Amino acid sequence: MEKVAIIGVGFTKYAQNSPLTFAEMVFEATTKALEDAGITRDEVDNVVSVSSDFWDGRTISSMAISDASGAFGKDITTVEGDGTFGALYGMMRILSGAFGVSIVCAHHKGTESNMNGITNCAFDPLVERKLGLDAVSSAALQARRYMSKYGLLEEQFALVSVKNHGNAKRNPIALLPMDITVDDVMNSRKVADPLKVLDCSPVTDGACTLILAAERQAKKLTTNKKRVWMKGVGHCADAFRPGDRDLADTRALKAAAKRAYDMAGISDPLNEIDFAEVYDAFSYMEPLWLEGLGICDDGKGCEYLERGWFDAGGRFPVNVSGGRLSGHPVQSAGLYAMAEAVLQLRGEAGERQLDGAETALVHGVNGMCGQSHCVWVLGK
Amino acid sequence: MSDWKNDVEIMVHEGKISVPYSWTVGSTLSRFYCELRDNGKIWANRCPKCGTTFVPPKIKCINCYEEPHDWVELPGTGTVETYTVVRYEEPSMHPRKAPFVYGVIKMDGADTGMVHFIDEVAPEDVKVGMRVEAVLEDEREGNILDIKHFRPIG
Repeated sequence: MEKVAIIGVGFTKYAQNSPLTFAEMVFEATTKALEDAGITRDEVDNVVSVSSDFWDGRTISSMAISDASGAFGKDITTVEGDGTFGALYGMMRILSGAFGVSIVCAHHKGTESNMNGITNCAFDPLVERKLGLDAVSSAALQARRYMSKYGLLEEQFALVSVKNHGNAKRNPIALLPMDITVDDVMNSRKVADPLKVLDCSPVTDGACTLILAAERQAKKLTTNKKRVWMKGVGHCADAFRPGDRDLADTRALKAAAKRAYDMAGISDPLNEIDFAEVYDAFSYMEPLWLEGLGICDDGKGCEYLERGWFDAGGRFPVNVSGGRLSGHPVQSAGLYAMAEAVLQLRGEAGERQLDGAETALVHGVNGMCGQSHCVWVLGK
Repeated sequence: MSDWKNDVEIMVHEGKISVPYSWTVGSTLSRFYCELRDNGKIWANRCPKCGTTFVPPKIKCINCYEEPHDWVELPGTGTVETYTVVRYEEPSMHPRKAPFVYGVIKMDGADTGMVHFIDEVAPEDVKVGMRVEAVLEDEREGNILDIKHFRPIG
């Protein structure tokens, strides 16, 4: 199979109440990504945009950013979900042979609306929506299930927040770089038990763009240093209704990860991958998803977290960027995670640069309580 | 270059989208809600192939993609699989005032859980594994809120 490379990345700094419109945010991210790749819009023949109509308060929200994403006169198509799924679609379009250099852009301006109201509308209007369930309260149900299934403690989840907010201090785009303690997390305002404010990611504005190209074009357009290869990808969905799943079971993520690892030729992810950006919209998700990703056994994520495995200097650094806990523009979160992995693999991650970063794992989620997962293996 | 951007007053326009919908409930959930409204009963449906019993009922088995044609009446009791105490207010969205408790109730006679309120117990006394029963509204309209909440048994 032909190889596809990420040849450029660009993004806005995480913000709240950004003075930019979401189209201006996409314009900034895409301009930066084109500059980063060292190409112009003329060399791109199609755009995959990622957005959510409800968040934008517009129907066919992709049309509102078509000019800003450089799509004028080109083919533009849309993914409603996380950016990792948009990148998958972009790669598939290139591999189909029908498209050349591709822009994948995602935007999210969470601070323009009401996060609880919007995520409530993700639930079935015939059942759970009427109960008032939303992203936070459903996550709280998942967190409690994870705790009771494996005998875990809130203090263990708090360590994820301590680690990731600390990592954010070395990321110039992060929204919440903080020196905090487990006590600070435990004493922060209760939102939906067992989740406190510092277990939850902030409502965030941000746009991110990747430029993708097939091997032949990537080699013509860019230097070796700029190219990061999409080595493996897998995605998988679980049941829609939260009550139809065991919320602490990561079977969909396990399937997605296996597909990505098989494609990348990886049999031992812990030892063959150097670091990961994992979806941590809520603190407890990081250990839970690391189990699903096969980095540790089920129920063991917190134990290895406590041992420091996932610290920036640990055996398997996770969310060195500060993670979603330090900035979470929902639809674009996965593209930011991929852009972070690209910077690490190129050796351009500044103060937070990891030594010997050759292979990265990136994980994105769509749907409530991790209904659907997209797993990427990226490499030099 | 673009210095004017530093001086401009950035405006914000307020807005609100309010669009009515009439959501068709479909044959499967309509049967579920009619039984709940008219007879005060909670029904589930079962996959003929793998035997998984769903509540609320589903149009397709998520595992086999078979139509779960077998309908079974549930006793309305179950076990708390997980719960949360919601502490924030969203008056336009929450049917009750915080703090209140959501739970996933693993229903007796079914293999799936129902998300609903747990009440008639202090939030701090709710526990995973607690036995609960459905409390129905006297006046029922044919929706999920015909179940008022679940309360501890005994």
